Amino acid sequence: MSATTAESQDRWAEATQLQLTWWRFRRHRLAVVSLVVVVLFYLVAAFADFLAINDPHATDARRSFIPPQAIHLFDEDGFNPHVYGLRGVRNMQTFQLTYTPDPNRKLPVRLFTRGYTYNLLGLFETDIHLLGVVGGQRTDGIFLLGTDQLGRDLLSRIIVATRVSLSIGLAGVTLSLLLGVILGGISGLYGGWVDTFIQRVIEVLRSIPTIPLWMGLAAALPNTWSTTQVYFAITVIISLIGWTDLARVVRGRFLSLREEDFVVAAELAGATQGRVIFRHMLPSFASHIIAAVSLALPAMIVSETALSFLGLGLRPPAISWGILLQDAQNIQVLANAPWLLSAAVPVIVVILAFNFLGDGLRDAADPYG
Amino acid sequence: MLTYLLQRLGLALITCICISALTFVIIRLPPGDFVDAYIANLVASGSSVSQEQAAAMRIEYGLDQPIIVQYARWMGRVLQGDFGVSMVWRRPVSEVIGDRLWLTMVVSVAALFLTWAIALPIGIYSAVRQYSIGDYLFTTIGFIGLAIPNFLLALILMYLGFRYLGLSVGGLFSPEYVQAAWSWARVWDLMKHLPLPAAVLALAGTAQLIRIMRANLLDELRRPYVVTARAKGLSERHVVLKYPVRAALNPFASSIAYLFPYLVSGSIVVSLVLGLPTVGPLLLQALVAQDMFLAGAIVLLLGVMTVIGTLISDLLLMWIDPRIRLEGRS
Amino acid sequence: MAERTSLAVRDLAVHFAMEQGTVRALEGVSFDLHAGRTLGIVGESGCGKSVTARSILRILDRPGKIVGGSILLDPGTAEETDLIAIDPDSSRMRGIRGGRIGLIFQEPMTALSVHYTVGNQIIEAVRQPADLSKAAARDRAIELLREVGIPRPELRVDAYPFQLSGGLRQRVGIAMALAGNPDIVIADEPTTALDVTTQAQVLDLLRRLQQEKNIALMLITHDMGVIAEMCDEVAVMYLGRVVEYAPVLELFTAPRHPYTRALLRAVPSILATPRQRLATIGGAVPHPGARPQGCAFHPRCTDFMPGRCDAAAPPPLTAGCTGASCFLEVPA
Repeated sequence: MSATTAESQDRWAEATQLQLTWWRFRRHRLAVVSLVVVVLFYLVAAFADFLAINDPHATDARRSFIPPQAIHLFDEDGFNPHVYGLRGVRNMQTFQLTYTPDPNRKLPVRLFTRGYTYNLLGLFETDIHLLGVVGGQRTDGIFLLGTDQLGRDLLSRIIVATRVSLSIGLAGVTLSLLLGVILGGISGLYGGWVDTFIQRVIEVLRSIPTIPLWMGLAAALPNTWSTTQVYFAITVIISLIGWTDLARVVRGRFLSLREEDFVVAAELAGATQGRVIFRHMLPSFASHIIAAVSLALPAMIVSETALSFLGLGLRPPAISWGILLQDAQNIQVLANAPWLLSAAVPVIVVILAFNFLGDGLRDAADPYG
Repeated sequence: MLTYLLQRLGLALITCICISALTFVIIRLPPGDFVDAYIANLVASGSSVSQEQAAAMRIEYGLDQPIIVQYARWMGRVLQGDFGVSMVWRRPVSEVIGDRLWLTMVVSVAALFLTWAIALPIGIYSAVRQYSIGDYLFTTIGFIGLAIPNFLLALILMYLGFRYLGLSVGGLFSPEYVQAAWSWARVWDLMKHLPLPAAVLALAGTAQLIRIMRANLLDELRRPYVVTARAKGLSERHVVLKYPVRAALNPFASSIAYLFPYLVSGSIVVSLVLGLPTVGPLLLQALVAQDMFLAGAIVLLLGVMTVIGTLISDLLLMWIDPRIRLEGRS
Repeated sequence: MAERTSLAVRDLAVHFAMEQGTVRALEGVSFDLHAGRTLGIVGESGCGKSVTARSILRILDRPGKIVGGSILLDPGTAEETDLIAIDPDSSRMRGIRGGRIGLIFQEPMTALSVHYTVGNQIIEAVRQPADLSKAAARDRAIELLREVGIPRPELRVDAYPFQLSGGLRQRVGIAMALAGNPDIVIADEPTTALDVTTQAQVLDLLRRLQQEKNIALMLITHDMGVIAEMCDEVAVMYLGRVVEYAPVLELFTAPRHPYTRALLRAVPSILATPRQRLATIGGAVPHPGARPQGCAFHPRCTDFMPGRCDAAAPPPLTAGCTGASCFLEVPA
């Protein structure tokens, strides 16, 4: 055993719960990597339009179903990143219009170019994007992941969809957290018949298959509602079932904490109920809550994706990963344009990242639990 | 034991009632009702409906009564086996649903068995051979199952099957058996088609259960009664399978309780993607058209079947853990 | 006095490979077990008593590993077997477990599985070394329960462990250990988890069974009172080594090692002056990974000799020889 110096042992003894949790968390490399990934995703969501290249809403039937285009880095003149302009060629037998890269039309790709206008962080309007073509016609662009049926750049749409998909997850989890903490807290703190009643309610809710319920609720939303209203309604719907898991975690924690000596001591010292809860009990399981939340988030994101995929969730012109995947439902279409499935990649990565993150947090919060 | 049994039965009953009420409320949520949608359809196709005809239709469908009355009437008929008439198909709901509900259950139960059959041995193996290559392999596969939502998995598999095998992956029957009457040959055909949808459904749950089994077994393997068993001179395999596995089966079995609703739920979406003749696509249609009786019956039946499945798993748990059998609690 | 030596442990060394380094759990442990006599192993928690028991039965958990020494079953006879040389999973070793050597556990609450009846678990132990029919095995199980003093054994055989009290459960544990008719029994703190009256009953039972079956009993405990009552010889262990070995009377009247003396001083006495402070051993048992240089006990020793005790480890004891592993015993 490596000898710990007296000094570092002091540091250990004086570290707060949060610091200890953080130190333990740091040891899980996978969890730390996942944390970085999650942060990156949220940054993408914040700066979505800056990172997008082509206008995600701009349709152009002539650009329909273009396969992914690569950025060529070198040409005869050396380092000169560029894409090829596209030329439509009509197949004389099938009359199908196919696009082929035209090596004669080289469009330079540069950083910080001007593209479509957008609102940066809700602060001001600008049209600077990270990447873009210089010159070229209005319909030219960089189609790293190809285009969809209406000629919209898939990569830009995926990037912009990050904002909606991630924020709905966050909003849903917040609501679930509130419901879960309140109901789970009441259940765990008071015990007795209140606890039994809430437990039964949770059991009933968990026994009901969720998708049919969601479908019912989502289908009940009027067609006339605006995108924002639908967005909030979907959030509420998803969190209505999700709170049960969080409530169980909170209740379990409260139940075991109630018996702890330090809580009894606080009560004996005359602390009010509120003070006992917030000042003494809550800090003990805050990290458990955080872990449970990060494990609940991917479920929320998947729920929204599933609902939108079915056509019952968010509706166009809103953009979310689920809506993007809707286009991939038709197997014939998918066979011709497999790049439509690329919206599945961020979903999978985010789910994995949140799961590893949640696991790491849970292990860090309570290595014995 | 009897108290436990009665408790679970009572709970199941309450759950069913809640489901029926919830279902009914949901169906009635959208503004307007079926008659409005029906009229809109007719208007769109050129014909028109007068006010009196609309009013008459409403009375015929009982849409003019207060909700409680409608619910009571509906439940009364349901308990007699009459689920009403589908407004879209203009046939009795039970006819429209037909085989689909049973097929949904068959797929879900198949997924459940698959989950158990795979998760149990792999979970045991992963715990006993911790840190081995097999352990890491299964953990990785588990993560894949965890990360890919089942409908995405179905989509990807469909695409791969179509692209590389040239066949239309999906459906529960070969073309010649789709409309055929039930026979042993048809059952066998169904069996042949079950593995893919069952596997797609089962993957996420399997991954979850493997992790649970592995974690619990690792805990149990350290306990004193395992050492006692070894000290008796029993073979390692006998020791592991008889004692810690039995103990780890408890949390495993209680996970099953909530696995079944999850599977039934998932089968809806997966069947939409894979084009299975189950209840999923029918439900979607019914909801969009606000076909009250059809949608309500489907959700109610799904819920009730799920509750029954959960009850069975509770009974299983009771059989496994002698403490519940003899003392009524664990 | 010429009892058969049933088991001879020689220079047993066990290491645990931990991520912080190798922990030397046992070093140079040697002792003998004789038929019909009881050897007491006494020491504080963490001194290696349980590791010794598990090593003899070859049920040591990973990351523990026996790295040296020998454990001889039936030493000096034609069937002498070194238990370390046998594959622990082989049917031969498994036959020895339960068939020749039985183990009684400390915690009756957790040592029995709650999922199977008491009868099921005993029958399993009965049938493992011997080939008996189910009915015969069941009869034998009932017989065993009767032998250990459980009333109405024909009813109790179908009971689950959680339906029995702690004392009864420990008797079941003893019955299970005896199921294979072993001639060596290791009792790992059999009375620690029991109250004093039950403790007395269980000890009486052990003594009676030992006399009846001429068993070589190895009694592990940290309770000096139990040692005094039950044992013929005593080995005192500290941090993985045997620091003193003596017949029980000699150990109590003329202890040699400072640790033994401290242990005996620490036993509360009914004859002490009221309100007299209890004697304790200063310091704490070091972590086995942070073993002190030289004699492991020297930081807490009242007779510490600087320059000698912290320089080298004192010579280990030979099995069967009364003495202490201490520089006080070694002429300067």
